[in-house]
Amino acid sequence: MSVQATRDAVNASPRLARLPLGGTFDGAFLTLVAGAVILWFAPVGMGRYGTYVLSLWLVMSIAVMGLNLTLGYAGLKSLAQAAFMGLGAYTTAILTTKYGVSWYAAFGLSGLLTFAVGIVLGFPALRVKAHYLAFVTLAFSTLVWLILRNEQWLTGGVFGISNINRPDFFGIKLFGALEFHRFVVVVTFILAVALWWLIRSPWGRAFTALRENPIRAASLGIDTRAYTLLAFAIGSAYAGFAGALYAPLVEFIDPSPFSLSQSFFLLLMVVAGGSGYLLGPFVGALLGVVLPEWLRFAGSLYLIIFAAIVMLLLIACPQGVSGLMERAWAKLTGQRGDGR
Amino acid sequence: MAEFIAYLIAGIATGAIYALAAIGFTLVWQTSQTINFAQGEFVMLPAVLVLLAIKLFGAPVWLGALIGIAAFILIFGVGFKLTVVDPMIRHGVLPLAIATMALSIIMKEGAKDGFSAEAQNFPSFVPTSTIEVFGAAISLQHLAIIACAFAVIGLLQWFVGGTRLGRQMQATAQNPTVARILGIPVERMVLLTFVINAALAVVASVLISPIYLAKFSNGEVIGLFAFIAAIVGGFNQVRGALVGGLIVGVVDSMAAAYVSSSYRLAVPLVLLVVIILLKPEGLMGRKEERRV
Amino acid sequence: MNTVLEVDNLHKAFGGIKAVNGVSFSVKEGEILGIIGPNGCGKSTLFNCILGQLEPTEGRVKLDGREVTHMRPSELNRLGVSRTFQLLQVFPELSVRENLILAGQEHEGSMLSRLFGARDAGLTEKAEQMIGFFKLGHLADAKAGGLSYGQQKLLDAAMAFMAGPRLVLLDEPAGGVNLTMLGDLKERLRAINAEQGATFVVIEHNMDFVMSLCSRVIVLAEGRVLAEGTPAEVRANPAVIDAYLGH
Repeated sequence: MSVQATRDAVNASPRLARLPLGGTFDGAFLTLVAGAVILWFAPVGMGRYGTYVLSLWLVMSIAVMGLNLTLGYAGLKSLAQAAFMGLGAYTTAILTTKYGVSWYAAFGLSGLLTFAVGIVLGFPALRVKAHYLAFVTLAFSTLVWLILRNEQWLTGGVFGISNINRPDFFGIKLFGALEFHRFVVVVTFILAVALWWLIRSPWGRAFTALRENPIRAASLGIDTRAYTLLAFAIGSAYAGFAGALYAPLVEFIDPSPFSLSQSFFLLLMVVAGGSGYLLGPFVGALLGVVLPEWLRFAGSLYLIIFAAIVMLLLIACPQGVSGLMERAWAKLTGQRGDGR
Repeated sequence: MAEFIAYLIAGIATGAIYALAAIGFTLVWQTSQTINFAQGEFVMLPAVLVLLAIKLFGAPVWLGALIGIAAFILIFGVGFKLTVVDPMIRHGVLPLAIATMALSIIMKEGAKDGFSAEAQNFPSFVPTSTIEVFGAAISLQHLAIIACAFAVIGLLQWFVGGTRLGRQMQATAQNPTVARILGIPVERMVLLTFVINAALAVVASVLISPIYLAKFSNGEVIGLFAFIAAIVGGFNQVRGALVGGLIVGVVDSMAAAYVSSSYRLAVPLVLLVVIILLKPEGLMGRKEERRV
Repeated sequence: MNTVLEVDNLHKAFGGIKAVNGVSFSVKEGEILGIIGPNGCGKSTLFNCILGQLEPTEGRVKLDGREVTHMRPSELNRLGVSRTFQLLQVFPELSVRENLILAGQEHEGSMLSRLFGARDAGLTEKAEQMIGFFKLGHLADAKAGGLSYGQQKLLDAAMAFMAGPRLVLLDEPAGGVNLTMLGDLKERLRAINAEQGATFVVIEHNMDFVMSLCSRVIVLAEGRVLAEGTPAEVRANPAVIDAYLGH
């Protein structure tokens, strides 16, 4: 790596990935618990559509969480998060509708498949240079799109797959919007806690190290190649999990939500929420997914506004909304707030 | 055989377009570490702006073209550098790369909302007829594209190699620190590469749009193939971008003819994977040394 | 005594420039070897070739008689070879303690134990020892990026010693460090050398520092070994005086 590249790798990490030492359960964990409880009860009286939007928010948050690990903690550009989500969604849809596989098995397989594909894609790309991953994932995105559109016998082509069933939970049917929403809350909570654990483990420390200074990290015995690959593959698996929840949530899937533009959009959500903050993805997905639904904004126009806001944020505060909130908190209390 | 020649010419023509985009991409990357993920949209937009100028002002084609092109170079050459790259680069290359993704969304969705969601005809400056060469029907448009693109690339080569300004720009691209020590106005040279990038995008846009029509989503494929061309040729070599562009164009054209039209896009992607596995520094690239 | 490191006819060329041009030397266990030479004589490139950060054009590197020439930096480090850098190389967003835990965490256990095991990988105590040893006690929870230059330099050295290495390559440890801290650093290095039997190779510009710390000195000039011997011998060598005066 050239001197410039090293400096870039260091500069490219404006986020403050602090790894709090004290206490087993920190503020971020407590926020997750509180959030889960609130979201469990939130949709009461909200109606079918409102409940659906809340569930969609959580599902998208899972995909953004994964990308946050890849981008925010490990500093890698993946342009295929939506494609990975598509892989998970189609895997689950095909397995459950055509082969009668249980949703739980399909969910696990979706994660496993996207993890494995992540390894296969990441290995050659990361062998060369970190930013080659961007181009390889870009190409992969296009490839997935082509397969989803062209392989009608498997994916239904542009007509997609319909009548995707929602799973049972120990015999309890989850067909209703509220029941399924609560199921989504539980799954999201489990995945978020798993990520919280990961970030605070020595792995999280290693991820931060390879984002801040990969050369120094390697000289301290950190297998940068393995950790980089793992960060990317785990991040991709989260997209697979998100897809596996997305399919039964919308009950009908076609290729359009898994396009390259969507992958770009997911990246912008990471940045908007605050990359490198555990709770950032929830904020990002709130701004990217829920807000336009509530404001009844036309898709295209909202995309433009959202992208423009993200650009302004990148100039003013690259740590995103979480960073802004942390700054505000620090100002209020006259000390450093713990925003994650 | 006749068919093969026709596909070859078509491939070289589209390849020349990818080369124009890839050269601009490479130049900007070399001088300012900007990985421009909106490069495809840079080629898509000028044609749209030209049509818009014609539609809005009722201007004749040549005037519309002039307005559209001038507006594009000003906004996406100078403006892009000053309002996006400059304030962003202090945060590092990663935020800047993401900003270009945001820009690509704005350009694409903007073209869709502000212009049209449908493909629009774009005036061609050569007749759409074909001529017979060795029994093959060769499109005049393809020949015109090849002639224009190579003329532009030749001009660029002359500028870089044969003029003082061009050599200063090249020095900046190769090593900004040394260039600064030598008294070269590095900032101005970087700006110059952005203007050249915009100009190359305009040329590519005007050449390709009569065939592909002007559509907001054109940038996706052009951008992807320009990136592939840059990597295949060697990420930091202008000559490499040219070779890479031509290879990708020909491979794409042959794939459309002999593989399957629904998977033609996939073939250049395979090329990318092969290059990354076998010769990651690109065909014309040199191995980059790691330094500490 | 055993030979820990053996460098045999190492070459490194950048394009046409031969930065390292056939360097051979060996280091015995417990030794403190100094490498000096004018700017651009290939000292840092030599280090980077030995440590796998650069691929040597030619030549071999052996550790305990075992060839390690094309090994990756992380693998070498886990074999007990560690280093410091000429330029500051700490992790600015991590605290001093976290920097040290990071420096030790890959040396024990498996990837799985690092995921499911203790967050500090059982290294807090060891990190506190290093913090005390390098007199960084009041800064344990401060972000490394906020430390002064000299303090970061100490932290950098502490990180290199965190995993109890057998061989440490120090690239200009005294550069930019003030006089009081310099004395501290020298004393710390001596202590580790004496107590743990660690072997050092030190690149340094500061002659007093090298001459008082090292038992043997190699002089590099234009990518080759110009002279070798005890500090006194080297100081008296006319070729060395020439090389330094000539530049």
